[in-house]
Amino acid sequence: MSKATVELPPKAGFNFDLCRRNDMLTKNGVHAPSFLKTGTTIVGLVFEDGVVLGADTRATEGPIVADKNCEKIHYMAPNIYCCGAGTAADTENVTDMISSQLLLHRYATGRESRVVTALTLLKTHLFGYQGHVSAALVLGGVDITGPHLHTIYPHGSTDTLPFATMGSGSLAAMAIFESKYREGLTDFYIYILYLCQSIARDEGVKLVTEAICSGIFNDLGSGSNVDVCVITKGKVEYLRNHQKPNPRTYISSKGFSFLKGQTEVLSTKVTLLEKPQQEEGVDKMEE
Amino acid sequence: MSIFEYNGSAIVAMVGKNCFAIASDRRLGVQLQTVATDFQRIYKIHDKLYIGLAGLATDAQTLHQRLVFRHNLYQLREERNMKPETFASLVSAVLYEKRFGPYFCQPVIAGLGEKDEPFICTMDSIGANENANVIGIELAKDFVVGGTASESLYGACESMYKPNMEPDELFETISQALLASVDRDCLSGWGGHVIVVTPTEVTERKLKGRMD
Repeated sequence: MSKATVELPPKAGFNFDLCRRNDMLTKNGVHAPSFLKTGTTIVGLVFEDGVVLGADTRATEGPIVADKNCEKIHYMAPNIYCCGAGTAADTENVTDMISSQLLLHRYATGRESRVVTALTLLKTHLFGYQGHVSAALVLGGVDITGPHLHTIYPHGSTDTLPFATMGSGSLAAMAIFESKYREGLTDFYIYILYLCQSIARDEGVKLVTEAICSGIFNDLGSGSNVDVCVITKGKVEYLRNHQKPNPRTYISSKGFSFLKGQTEVLSTKVTLLEKPQQEEGVDKMEE
Repeated sequence: MSIFEYNGSAIVAMVGKNCFAIASDRRLGVQLQTVATDFQRIYKIHDKLYIGLAGLATDAQTLHQRLVFRHNLYQLREERNMKPETFASLVSAVLYEKRFGPYFCQPVIAGLGEKDEPFICTMDSIGANENANVIGIELAKDFVVGGTASESLYGACESMYKPNMEPDELFETISQALLASVDRDCLSGWGGHVIVVTPTEVTERKLKGRMD
């Protein structure tokens, strides 16, 4: 059989066709562009019967705020979510890929996904790429063995922690966790600890929100709103924009208005579109 | 110099009331030398779906050819046009495939969905979706920008944009935002090209701009 001459859509995996050309360009003094980053604050916390995940909502491209309200808490499985920091494309694609692997695994086994399964899949993927896929993740979920929280570094190392922070705002957020957690342990939380083993849900959400806010206000790479996700046994509460500490203040109620015909136009071309709504797909096969 | 600044470009898309507009400049340059003043940066995918490709022009044209190819395959298989959300996922996948040797392009996608709801989004050169997360759960409510003039476009749009504009007002707003921004960018300009799409008609206009 002769090979097809047309380029078929690739099956899977990365394509390195342009690497040589791009290297050549770099050697000739033309820089490659910077990627969209989530200079981020992401956190997670384990409480008595679940996990609270939190994230800010700013995406940056160098010093420019590229998106003021992006989503950094990614879906992995019905009982597992994952916060992502680092290169936005990497965090999105890595979590999407592993999420679909988990779905296939659930179909094969007929059981709920475990957090360790997601953890292993993520770390093997990241380790395989030796840190070039720059995703720093906080993975949290509740499975048959209880609530779990892990952090995953771009090179593939992992931690298992009761509370975790990642991203450029991790120090600011960790400051809150360390101080409040310890403060709580000495008086208030030790009381709750006696009563119900650990921090209750609302305290968890409050502490996570506070940690994210600390990142938003003290780290320039993080900003805008607070997203929170509470995972408990059999239940997920995704609180998108749980808190909005930075509303717009600078736009007037009327805004700008331009008179019609103010812009100088050289030529105008109007194309009427055909209306039939149901047959939309069929009648547009024009080429 | 960044490779994005080799040809120069400015692209912006805005959402109006049941309509959207996408606009670009018309200059093609080789650094500071202008080569063409009628360059097409916005490509039509189908009647209600457009993509603007900022960045290196050679990559933009190659990428456009691949996207048209993939859309044609989809049309043959499905006998319908792609939804803007689907197309955005396609573009993202095509770009991320080249994660370690990217096309030097920043796409700006604008389209009307199945129920004629406007959709706009943009990505970086390796397909990180901005404003349209995962499977289009969250649409950009306002505007998206791309190209060498993106910084000034952010500023212009941030102050000029209003929600729920009618097509005529949307055209004026996007045009003024574009012209104001490219005047502060050496590498883009030489007039503009604006496409306003409503559920019933497409209006393409060429704008007069500074020629320096």
